[in-house]
Amino acid sequence: MLSDQDRIFTNLYGMNDRSLAGAMRRGHWDNTKAILEKGRDKIVEEMKASGLRGRGGAGFPTGLKWSFMPKETDGRPAYLVINADESEPGTCKDREIMRHDPHALVEGALVASFAMGAHKAFIYIRGEYIREREALQAAIDEAYDAGLIGVNACNSGWDFDITLHHGAGAYICGEETALLESLEGKKGMPRMKPPFPAGAGVYGCPTTVNNVESISVAPTILRRGPEWFASFGRPNNSGTKLFALTGHVNTPCVFEESMGLPVRELIERHGGGIRGGWDNLKAIIPGGASCPVLRKDQIEDGIMDFDWMREARSSFGTGCMIIMDQSTDVLKAVWRLSAFFKHESCGQCTPCREGTGWMMRVMDRLVKGEADLEEIDMLFDVTKQVEGHTICALGDAAAWPIQGLIRNFREEIEDRIKAKRTGRMGAMAAE
Amino acid sequence: MPLDDQDIAVRVEEILATHDGVEGPLLPILHAIQEAFGYVPRAALPQIAEGLNLSRAEVHGVMTFYHDFREDPAGRHVLKLCRAEACKSMGADRVAAHARGKLGIDWHETTRDGTVTLEPVFCLGLCACAPAAMIDGKVVGRIDEARVDALLTEVGK
Repeated sequence: MLSDQDRIFTNLYGMNDRSLAGAMRRGHWDNTKAILEKGRDKIVEEMKASGLRGRGGAGFPTGLKWSFMPKETDGRPAYLVINADESEPGTCKDREIMRHDPHALVEGALVASFAMGAHKAFIYIRGEYIREREALQAAIDEAYDAGLIGVNACNSGWDFDITLHHGAGAYICGEETALLESLEGKKGMPRMKPPFPAGAGVYGCPTTVNNVESISVAPTILRRGPEWFASFGRPNNSGTKLFALTGHVNTPCVFEESMGLPVRELIERHGGGIRGGWDNLKAIIPGGASCPVLRKDQIEDGIMDFDWMREARSSFGTGCMIIMDQSTDVLKAVWRLSAFFKHESCGQCTPCREGTGWMMRVMDRLVKGEADLEEIDMLFDVTKQVEGHTICALGDAAAWPIQGLIRNFREEIEDRIKAKRTGRMGAMAAE
Repeated sequence: MPLDDQDIAVRVEEILATHDGVEGPLLPILHAIQEAFGYVPRAALPQIAEGLNLSRAEVHGVMTFYHDFREDPAGRHVLKLCRAEACKSMGADRVAAHARGKLGIDWHETTRDGTVTLEPVFCLGLCACAPAAMIDGKVVGRIDEARVDALLTEVGK
């Protein structure tokens, strides 16, 4: 278990003072100038060495992403955009940072912007986050007043501004290019890549989009050294991470823990175990709504990190697990996710706009058992038509949970259809 | 009292002026207009388009893309009830049914006397004190039927 002195987020539960004075007592803003004095290249190098992978779900190495920013400016300014549009069902980690430890984010924004030659950072926060917006804005104002950001930030000679931008209720704006469009005041419809944001992002200028957590951990990594951060977890999956447990655990929670711990250990130690004991577990969705659902027997000795989850044909995502016990109707749960993705599809690409609707309607009938057995394969085929044929990952995100369901719970779907047709309960349904 | 187009035009002009020079100004302007009027009047759209040198279609597209912006005036008070997973598992459906029954309206509707508008919202970030609600921009946690009644009484309904 992670010891207290190795925690990056020391006020995750809001028990301490979140103001600037409190944050400084907990070690934030401690000689930030010295970090900046390391210079751009050194900072990027250390971030690479730390092995930090993006915390927003895709797991792209953060240091590498920063290094894509142009070294020499061609006259265009560079921007850092922080994605605080945390809207995925089940994911609830960034809000704890913004609400209780906002200075971690503000300091991280300064360090990250410096490392990519940006004088300006935008934080795009979802419109529904009221308390988070207040806390974050207060932290930004405090940092301005104390001269930590603004002109000559931290006396380093670097000018740096932060703008907090409010979203207006669209899940798709969490996708990085949609977020950039929205930031420019357009409809949140994702852009084609390439050009990648590092080449032409917001207002056509070099931009890096990072998750709140990736940015917030940066100052601590640079202060304590990349070796410290890399010492946690398995190679290529290093560091500490915020995890969340939701659903049928005894004590749902958000907590910071080392990467690469067994799933069971995380659930039993932090979640107080499954409601009704470990054997009552039915399935988990490892990292937010778009990750394929896994059966209990698959995660029995599973490890919670990027690579293990990929090998298990699921995804680590944001590390926010949804846990379902035997009382759950897993078909209905996935139907609910399909309905969510249908609602949130931006309508730009036909496979996603139409496909999410089709998938939801077939799921609708599967839940009731009113489908034919052949329709299971047909649905799988439809998900394959959507996956990979859209501009952004929302199409994939809508397809994966259904693919996971069909792969891992096919028996249950078939049982329900047979039960409906014959009027007899199958073995699974009778439980 | 409904504002006439002249009043709207004057106020929108002020808002446009305060956002002069802001980068990516459309969303902040729409937020400001919604705050000023409680909704985004149709009459304001051509004016915004003119001010920002956009087409009216673009402004209309953006305004209708985001769920937060409303085309028609809301009631004097807006009650938003969270409809996301955590709140639902804590009885948000029951509370919502109660609120709808008591007000006699469905989602997105306003009571006859124009007092309360009922809106669904997806995750206010208050899952730890679910079910959550928001009334006139103020968040309220751990609501139940009695709490909803109390909130509605407070706003005179």
